[in-house]
Amino acid sequence: MTQPATDGPLLLQMSGIGKSFFGVPVLSDVDFELRAGEVHAVLGENGAGKSTLMKILSGAYRPDAGTITFQGRPVTFRHPRDAQLTGISIIYQEFNLLPERTVAQNIFLGREPRRGPIVDRAAMDAATSRLLAQVDPSGTIAPNNLVKQLSVAQQQTVEIAKALSFDSRILIMDEPTAPLSPHEVEALFAQVRLLQKKGMGIVYISHRLREVFEVAGRVTVLKDGRKVATVAVAQTEMTALVRMMVGRALEDYFPPHATQEELGDVLLAVRGGNVTGRLHDIGFEVRAGEILGIGGLAGSGRSGLAEALFGVDPFDSGTIELGGKPVHIRSPRQAVRRSVGFLTEDRKLEGLVLSLSIRNNMLLAMRGMGRLLDSRLPHPVSVRELAASVDLRATSLDQEVRFVSGGNQQKVVLSKWLATRSRVFIFDEPTRGIDVGAKAGIHDLMRSLARKGAAIIMVSSELPELLGMSDRILVMRNGSIAGELPAGAAEDEVMFMATGEKSALSA
Amino acid sequence: MIALILTQARTKLGHFGHRVLTAASTPIFIVLGVIYLLASVVISVANQGTLLSLDALDTIMSRSVGLGIVAMGQTVALVVGSIDLSVAYLISVGAVYSSAIMQNDPNRMVIGVLAVLAIGALVGLANGLVITKLRVNAFVATLGMSFILSGVLNASFQNYSGAVPDQFQTLAYGYIGPVRVPFILLAAVVLGVWILLRYTTLGHHLYAVGGNEEAARLSGIRSHRVIITAHVICSITAVLTGLYLAARIKAGAPWIGPDSHYDLESIAAVVVGGTALSGGRGGVWGTVAGVMILFVLDTSFNSLQVNEFLQNVARGLIIIGAVAAYTYREHRRRR
Amino acid sequence: MTGKTSAPIDRVSMEVTETSTWLRILRAARDTTPIFLILLALLVAIHIQSPAYNLVSIFKNGAPLAILAAGQLFVIVSGEFDLSVGSLITVVVTMSASISKGDPDKTLMVFGVMILLGIAVGLVNGLVVTRLHVPSFVATLGMMLILLGGVNYITGGTPLGDLPSNFRTFGRDEIKNFPVLGTLPNSIIVLIVAGVVMYWLLHRANFGRQIYAVGGNARAADLAGIDVAGVRTLAFIVSALSAVVAGILLGGYAGVSVQVGKGYEFQAISAAFIGGAALTGGRGSVAAAIAGGLTMQALFALLNVLGYPQELRDTVQGVIVIAAVAYASYRFRRAS
Repeated sequence: MTQPATDGPLLLQMSGIGKSFFGVPVLSDVDFELRAGEVHAVLGENGAGKSTLMKILSGAYRPDAGTITFQGRPVTFRHPRDAQLTGISIIYQEFNLLPERTVAQNIFLGREPRRGPIVDRAAMDAATSRLLAQVDPSGTIAPNNLVKQLSVAQQQTVEIAKALSFDSRILIMDEPTAPLSPHEVEALFAQVRLLQKKGMGIVYISHRLREVFEVAGRVTVLKDGRKVATVAVAQTEMTALVRMMVGRALEDYFPPHATQEELGDVLLAVRGGNVTGRLHDIGFEVRAGEILGIGGLAGSGRSGLAEALFGVDPFDSGTIELGGKPVHIRSPRQAVRRSVGFLTEDRKLEGLVLSLSIRNNMLLAMRGMGRLLDSRLPHPVSVRELAASVDLRATSLDQEVRFVSGGNQQKVVLSKWLATRSRVFIFDEPTRGIDVGAKAGIHDLMRSLARKGAAIIMVSSELPELLGMSDRILVMRNGSIAGELPAGAAEDEVMFMATGEKSALSA
Repeated sequence: MIALILTQARTKLGHFGHRVLTAASTPIFIVLGVIYLLASVVISVANQGTLLSLDALDTIMSRSVGLGIVAMGQTVALVVGSIDLSVAYLISVGAVYSSAIMQNDPNRMVIGVLAVLAIGALVGLANGLVITKLRVNAFVATLGMSFILSGVLNASFQNYSGAVPDQFQTLAYGYIGPVRVPFILLAAVVLGVWILLRYTTLGHHLYAVGGNEEAARLSGIRSHRVIITAHVICSITAVLTGLYLAARIKAGAPWIGPDSHYDLESIAAVVVGGTALSGGRGGVWGTVAGVMILFVLDTSFNSLQVNEFLQNVARGLIIIGAVAAYTYREHRRRR
Repeated sequence: MTGKTSAPIDRVSMEVTETSTWLRILRAARDTTPIFLILLALLVAIHIQSPAYNLVSIFKNGAPLAILAAGQLFVIVSGEFDLSVGSLITVVVTMSASISKGDPDKTLMVFGVMILLGIAVGLVNGLVVTRLHVPSFVATLGMMLILLGGVNYITGGTPLGDLPSNFRTFGRDEIKNFPVLGTLPNSIIVLIVAGVVMYWLLHRANFGRQIYAVGGNARAADLAGIDVAGVRTLAFIVSALSAVVAGILLGGYAGVSVQVGKGYEFQAISAAFIGGAALTGGRGSVAAAIAGGLTMQALFALLNVLGYPQELRDTVQGVIVIAAVAYASYRFRRAS
């Protein structure tokens, strides 16, 4: 059931918002507005700028450019507290609650009603009860419950009550349904409708399209830090939105796909792979020289698959065969020793040791494989040649890797796996956070790796990259493989498999 | 006596924060009870004396007072997510400077007490500032402070110096009605800290900063002030213990604090009682139980003439075991 | 949408410039130099104040602390603390005396036993930290209490027996008629040997590289296939073994006493920090840690020579530790 856009008064207007970090623009010229009583969704893939925009609105960041007007008055926030007191509250995905304190204590944190130096618990509990009554009519939450004893959905309700306690006019919800069961999602939507009736404006950030259609009146799509469009939900449909989120200019070039002759033996085969609660009945093969793309919407299990293959979150049942031989991969250490390499989604947090030099990061996995009391590596490695083979741009190999650009950092991570002579490479979002110019470099490297006989599994949320680079595509949905597509497939086919919905627009 | 406290505590528990203590401290009371009973049985079998005699109880309580007072301060420090390793030498400061200033003169009692409290507050302030403004981690900062104090104390006083007047010794040996003064002192400190932690705004903020400093600051709480205040409170309880010890043995010497391992024992008592090293939870009653467990064990060992090896092993194992158990529970929950 | 042929990539000549070995040495020196300069300044100050003072004795007496500091560095780089080393030293000294009872033929066996003990202690520390997830501060604190109890058990309060002279020679004796210096204390030789071994372990061997990775970003290290728990445990073993060596030296010139190791763990941690180790792990060098230990010894000697009471050593140490960590914390925040 879609909600019509309301005609309520304009609560908020953000114009021309821009923000950069360390010289890298994260938001450029973004406009956003919100009316009283409406739910306005914000869509975009990871890295599109959604959370930065919301952090600016909630006062955690100051914008480099642009203005914010709230109820007709221009505002500047120096601290999240300013935004809160003005009437804008945000509920983060990780919640900002203290688990060891009660509901009442959390809601009134820093503003405890007091009589002298003593906290007036009775008043605090009473006020909390009144707030809870508005969002939890069935009364399952009591003011003196400890937050850690509440379910996730109940904790979220507490956050909403907290926002109400500030007399907020605007509530920002960041991926609110991520940890909820379908039943709890319905309860959340009911709460949202309640808030709408009170005249609050809700900003709803999500990547779950179906929910957006159910609860939002308007939706704004962000991509690469820019606003793509703002449309009324009633006047659009899913595939159009997906296209807006991940489509790229047609000028992008990709290296040619592998021909049949260039494909070699099956290097990796998975059968019947299951990870309880995450993956179901996974089975596929990858050959030498092949780039297998893994597509699907966020939360469909793409990263889960990568992590299962590398032993981070291993399969509970099923088999993995490398080079025809069955293997057990139950830890990253085992995967590395079997010549598998994994370039993670978040290279700064998981792929690099930022305080170490480029040289030491390149040799990280080799050192792990080397004998402890030996200064030699299992096989000799020339870091100079490695750097040359990935076309690394840096002033010195002894430079700390934190000072190098994103694209070059990714090359360092790749070198790490080239050094160990990996045969199977898993790339999770290979070009995320890398500027356009450098992306092509990474793509070329991937193709030439494949040509040299490696098998590559590439998880990507960027449709053009997925379609342009993959020799075959597996599309995931809800933890299983929804289907397989050949190279040259159309975007619509991918999206159909990913969402399970046909587009009304395609013939 | 102990039964009295236990029932008193339990009634209070029953009314408020019942769930708080269900999670953290109540198991400790059960452990305490079990250990106590086991120990008394073993001792009355092995010895003539029994732990349950009033005399024995009296002894335990007197020795617990010193540790109990400083453990209350340490509780405050741990709740806010910090720690104070300088308490041992602060206790010595309290003992030494009070006897040195009082010089056996009853007219100088008040001056002595005030001066010592002032020094304690200053040291606590210094600890807090080094931690918050210089951004030195609490372990290193208070450890460094303990070295600083140690040097100054040992350089200035080689032995017992001065004396506290006889009147002052009522702090250790006097009675108010049927109850010994030290017990009243301990009860006052325990109640004071309990009220602080449970009922005051500062108490709420201590838990908040300890639980998640960032979240607390986002809510407008001045976390630095809260941490500094916690350290001042902790230091004051330490010098209070020093004053008490000086009252007990008539004079103070620099080794009083460190010799009885008050720093580690106070942390052990707090941690065993359920207050997490990471901060944000736990409280006074758990620490009370922790103190009592440690001393029941001590007394049992002494009565049974268990040698120091086993005593220290037991202490070490208990600390590790308690922390491991609590950490393990947290890990289970996270998964 | 099919992929089109890629635009030709212009392979620009590689802009990576390789740095010469000399440059790398100089750069390392620049990062660690402050502590060496401070040490030098202190030695000069002592000499000025009291020309008769035998500077070599600073190195002789400071060798145990320097070795201990270097061992502690392994644990600190991996992101942990080891508070058990001081009491381990005491155990080594008292147990060696009890076992050997002054008999020189037993010395070799005693060394063997002590090494095994060190390995066992380090292993237990490591397992408690990595498997039981107990914070290292608490785990090694517990170990310290257990070891102290062990000492009392063995000695019953008063130390038994003597150490044989071939045991004590390492810490006590000197090679006479040595060119330039006059005499060369054995402990300095031990320090040099231990220093070279630990330098090699931390800065050249794969083990050391892995420690830096684990201390810098344990998650990335794990994903690169490094056995994080094993590396941490081995770091504790190195620390414990360094305590064994330090104990042998200390027993040598200080003799047997129940107080011999008292406070050494904190001195070692302070020395490592002064030498540039970072609280959060991932930084520090063996040479600088050794220099840190020697610097502290020199500082104490200077205080002595200036006539300050022995007790003020502690105060000075406290101030130094706080200052060193505050400075390191400041630099860390500037950099990020």
